[in-house]
Amino acid sequence: MSGKCLTDMKKGETAVVKGVAGEVGTARRLESMGIRPGKKITKLGAHLWRGPITVSVDKTKLAIGYAMAKKVIIEE
Amino acid sequence: MNVKPSEKKILLIGNPNVGKSAIFSRLTGAKVTISNYPGTTVGFTQGFMKLRKKDPAVVMDVPGVYNLTVASKADEVAVEMVSKGDLIVNVLDSTNLERNLFLTLELREKNIPMVVVLNMWDETRHKGVEIDVEKLEKELGLPVVPTCGLTGVGIKDLVESLGDVKEGKFDVLDRDRKWEEVGRIVESTQKLHHHHHTLLERFEDLSIRPKTGLFIAALVLYLSFSVVRFVGENLIRYIFEPLFQDFWYPIMMKLSALMGSGGILHDILVGRLINGDIDFVQSFGLLTTGLFVPVAAVLPYIFSFYLVLGILEDLGYLPRLATQVDNLMHRLGLHGYAIVPMILGLGCTVPGAMALRLLENRREKFIAATLMAITVPCMAQTAMIVGLVGERGGGYVAIIFGTLFILMIVKGLILNRTMKGNSPEILWEIPPYRMPQIIAVFKKLWMRVAEFTKEAIPYVLLGVFLVNILYMFKFFDLLARVFAPVLSGLWGLPKDTISALLVGFLRKDVAIGMLGPMNLATKQLVIASTVLAIYFPCMATFVVLVRELGGKDTMKIVGIMLMTALIVGTIMNIVL
Repeated sequence: MSGKCLTDMKKGETAVVKGVAGEVGTARRLESMGIRPGKKITKLGAHLWRGPITVSVDKTKLAIGYAMAKKVIIEE
Repeated sequence: MNVKPSEKKILLIGNPNVGKSAIFSRLTGAKVTISNYPGTTVGFTQGFMKLRKKDPAVVMDVPGVYNLTVASKADEVAVEMVSKGDLIVNVLDSTNLERNLFLTLELREKNIPMVVVLNMWDETRHKGVEIDVEKLEKELGLPVVPTCGLTGVGIKDLVESLGDVKEGKFDVLDRDRKWEEVGRIVESTQKLHHHHHTLLERFEDLSIRPKTGLFIAALVLYLSFSVVRFVGENLIRYIFEPLFQDFWYPIMMKLSALMGSGGILHDILVGRLINGDIDFVQSFGLLTTGLFVPVAAVLPYIFSFYLVLGILEDLGYLPRLATQVDNLMHRLGLHGYAIVPMILGLGCTVPGAMALRLLENRREKFIAATLMAITVPCMAQTAMIVGLVGERGGGYVAIIFGTLFILMIVKGLILNRTMKGNSPEILWEIPPYRMPQIIAVFKKLWMRVAEFTKEAIPYVLLGVFLVNILYMFKFFDLLARVFAPVLSGLWGLPKDTISALLVGFLRKDVAIGMLGPMNLATKQLVIASTVLAIYFPCMATFVVLVRELGGKDTMKIVGIMLMTALIVGTIMNIVL
């Protein structure tokens, strides 16, 4: 799976999750915390030097490591 | 704690940070730590309650899990326990129904009698969430009880419903079907309304933005330390020192006179008189220094530290701080969440070391444990250093903590390079800010202070007692001769300091207190305090480390600590 990912989004932008690339384990972890295909995700911010990305899904706020955020593909 | 076979086992299970411990404490009356961050409960805690017909039951507070299938190592405890329960109380965060329900469906398939608890019900209204409880009951086929664990609303209903819950017969659904089912249930039972942002929510957004967040983190840490110091210092100055000087001192002087101002028993109980007078720091008797160190020197700081920590925990600040420092921590071979055990370690290394379970793999645990054991001084140690070294000038205290901080960075960089593997990617939930409730904060503070008093005072007394006995039998003289090359040769310390190093195994606060009567030069005092912080974990920490990491890794850490103490002490002796 390829395309625009979480790290490409701008701060404050909202998008729909298309899927999670890479290992199934990562996808499952993200899924259990609310990030799965079809969900609306809003990027709250990104920390300097490839630091964690903060997002909100439903009523939850999450911090996601940069490499993991790269694997979250969003619909364009 | 033994569980009788006749007693029903009730498991409290749910996502992290949904308030299981608050419910647990309400059901059992047991005192447990409740905070606003995922991972507060690391081991499982059990307590007792009475069901409706006065049947006794044992309740287990299980660490939070998101689901039962992709358990990381930390989740294994929880998953393993599920099948052993007679009754499941599935605790949900009402404001997060969708994500929480997946676990509910997984648990339902176990066909163990089960009650669903919609906790944090009070938060639904201002968050604009409306849930039809009756309909949810029907959709799930399980009893549903709305509660608020912090205030106790709904707990009675929960106890009531636990009395007559029956085993279910649910089919196993695959993952995709489960998510479909979750979607369907949420769609038909929950309505979302628009709601206005509260002041806390605005602040919430600020503290996880990179730039403002960093500024806020610096401010929060600065304020925290200032408050800890202010409260601690003033408690000592206006309450504890006067208490000892004006009230206890005359009693002790009378006792001393009664006992003839000398002799074995006098020296053990009252200590040695210094110029015919009792000195609470230097006399080293059980009733003088033995009480003064834990009560007047350390306890005030324990109180002020846990007061501030409790407020930060309940507010929900720790996961935000973790996000801010993630980058830096990655360079040290850890990830941001490792800041949580470290901060707990600033209070006492024992809960800090237990919180290492939050970390995912062995490498990370090892690095975090090593850094904590070497470079994070506990509050008892800090208070004594501030008290004793602070008299010679604040700059010297800064040298000690500065050295420890530099050590943390250097050790982390080295361990990160030399140990195989990577620090795992982070993924954690940032809970909403919640106004700390005064009663809850003080309850937790009381618990921690009581714990300290119970654990520390007997050991301090034992330490002081041993010091006296060992002095009497000239044991320290023997040791001093053996270790003189290291002490005098490398660290430039008088050979008596070996007695402090020996007692440091037991209690580091007592050990630093022992440096007081030794008439050390300021440089020697600084080196001795630093070496004492680094060289070995205290007994209680050592035991926890063995339990958490195993004997082999603990011995490795101890090896690193001894080496580091040798090197750092020598360098300080040359440089200072």
